[in-house]
Amino acid sequence: MLTAIIAITLLALVLGLLLGFASIRFKVEGDPIVDQIDKILPQTQCGQCSFAGCRPYAEAIAAGEVDINRCPPGGEATIQALADLLDVEPKPLDEECGVEKPKMLAVIDEDRCIGCTLCIQACPVDAILGAAKHMHTVIADECTGCELCVEPCPVDCIDMVETQPNPHTWRWPDPTHVNLQRGHN
Amino acid sequence: MRSPVSDFPGGLHLPGHKKRSTQTPIHKTPISKQLILPLQQHIGEAAVPIVDVGDLVLKGQRIARAEGHVSVCLHAPTSGKIIAIEERPIPHPSGLSAPCVIIETDGEDNWLERHPVADFRQLSAHEIRQIVRDAGIVGLGGAGFPSFIKLNPGVHHSVDTLLINGAECEPYITCDTMIMRERAEGILDGIEIMRYALNAGEVIIAIEDNKPASISAMQLALAARPQWQNVDIVVIPTRYPTGGEKQLIQVVTGKQVPSNGLPIDIGIVCHNPGTAYAVCRAVKYGEPLISRIVTVTGTDVKHCGNFETLFGTPISDLLNFCETKRQPDEPFIQGGPMMGYSLAGDQLPITKTANCILVGVEDVAPANEPLPCIRCGDCADVCPASLLPQQIYWYSRAKEFDTTRDYKLFDCIECGCCDYVCPSKIPLVSYFRFAKTEIMNQEREQRKSDLARERHESRLERLERERLEKEQRQAQRKAALEASKKAAANKEKAAPADNATETESPAEEKN
Repeated sequence: MLTAIIAITLLALVLGLLLGFASIRFKVEGDPIVDQIDKILPQTQCGQCSFAGCRPYAEAIAAGEVDINRCPPGGEATIQALADLLDVEPKPLDEECGVEKPKMLAVIDEDRCIGCTLCIQACPVDAILGAAKHMHTVIADECTGCELCVEPCPVDCIDMVETQPNPHTWRWPDPTHVNLQRGHN
Repeated sequence: MRSPVSDFPGGLHLPGHKKRSTQTPIHKTPISKQLILPLQQHIGEAAVPIVDVGDLVLKGQRIARAEGHVSVCLHAPTSGKIIAIEERPIPHPSGLSAPCVIIETDGEDNWLERHPVADFRQLSAHEIRQIVRDAGIVGLGGAGFPSFIKLNPGVHHSVDTLLINGAECEPYITCDTMIMRERAEGILDGIEIMRYALNAGEVIIAIEDNKPASISAMQLALAARPQWQNVDIVVIPTRYPTGGEKQLIQVVTGKQVPSNGLPIDIGIVCHNPGTAYAVCRAVKYGEPLISRIVTVTGTDVKHCGNFETLFGTPISDLLNFCETKRQPDEPFIQGGPMMGYSLAGDQLPITKTANCILVGVEDVAPANEPLPCIRCGDCADVCPASLLPQQIYWYSRAKEFDTTRDYKLFDCIECGCCDYVCPSKIPLVSYFRFAKTEIMNQEREQRKSDLARERHESRLERLERERLEKEQRQAQRKAALEASKKAAANKEKAAPADNATETESPAEEKN
């Protein structure tokens, strides 16, 4: 009887210590699920989801506060990826947030720009280059197409243009659609 | 002469249609009035123009320099004047435009001074690679990978075998057949230079058995060089796609190139006979790559044959020269009927990768709407890469691209055997190409969004830092203000002057 009690107590003690050690030794910094969600989001930082960027939205999704269908730039693909990650049903994009659009790029009409720096302050990824009273320009490779610079411009000199594929970025069309078109013709 | 040691899985016996274009010797295409030279005719970075509009150029003069490592130079194919550097439609399946240099030819065809190398053995391997790079040489089999890179095994690899791929397995195409028939000497000279640069142990020249004239021409040229050691011609059975690099290596050496690996990983380097000839011209004669042999063939062509054509020659000029039944702007195929792609537009130029222009293909079934897959497995039987095309098709169609990768989509060489045998006429390769470019696009997007995240985070960090600095400055100003107020109050009380300095000092320390 006594031996059994001692044995069990010792065992519990040893395993408890082991667990305690493991929780310190293998402690995970931060919340990995937030990182995973953040990785799926397109990082446009546009705020169309009503959060102040992709990371806050990822945190809200992880906390279960909002739906996964509030990201128009990511569109269907992002919703699908989030649904797969979180093991929930995918939903159509929330129209309140916006509609899925092709990839856009901000272009400053450099003749009209007065150098007010308002767009520079609005850009979430520092993709606009310029100084006060000097012409500004968009670094095309860094622009996420979030449209946040369009609104603040006092002279309305920023246009959003659809990015055009070049032979490097061009993609073969989906044969299913090609066949459908051919079928209709 | 040696025999092949192994075989590759799958493959097809296709009607060759090669006689059509091998009845006449290689002709030179007349010089066109205008040459359109895309700055990118190779895999890698586009070349950067070093001439201006209005410049006069001589034949062989460099007009664009290589940019970055994976890139080659571009040269003026004949003498003339640069009349524009602008975007023009290029021969690409997308039909998009890209920057081109346009030369108005003067018909004089005046060469720039050439610097032939009398004895290439005086040069180091590095110097030979530099010549090959400066001569703008790329693989002339069709992919257009810069050749100087494939002449550099690197310090971690040694080359056992230099394999010359004269299989030319795709129907209709005969440019390698003809160059081996007519320029065997030059090809062997090029092989000698390549072998020296690679320090390769043995050389194997592989030719399909449906080209007896090419085999005997190469044998004859080889017999005239009895001092050569370890150079062999291997005659391989005709079966499509035995000319695929991985397939040929398996047939000739019995070794398999690992998935995601390169032939160099198993000590083999593969080059095309046309490339060997170009290397010979570059080193021995100092001539850069400014033309290539193009097969013009098909049921609608009157004078089928092979034509030595300057780069930039509008394809319509070449087709007019051969007389075709084609109407202006009617589509034609660049490459062969299995792996080529359809192009349209009369002002598209001949580029370094244009091995064949095909107008009219025999026995093509009308493009019916594909029927559902019946899972017969014929596509898997003929796949030379031992893939499961029906599965990859299924997942490509469902846009489950991660799964297509698990089924080794990127090992697909797009040979088209599966399309050919599919009883439901499903355009399988179109699905694979679609899936490949979608995956590459996803990767590009992922890289871009990672960069955007990084930039956004560093911006937030910067804003936070600026805010803290501002607060600190405000606090300091406030402290200074209070201190001066206190000092003033102390003065009013007519306190001794040194008190004021004492109260001011903590604020100064803070600063």
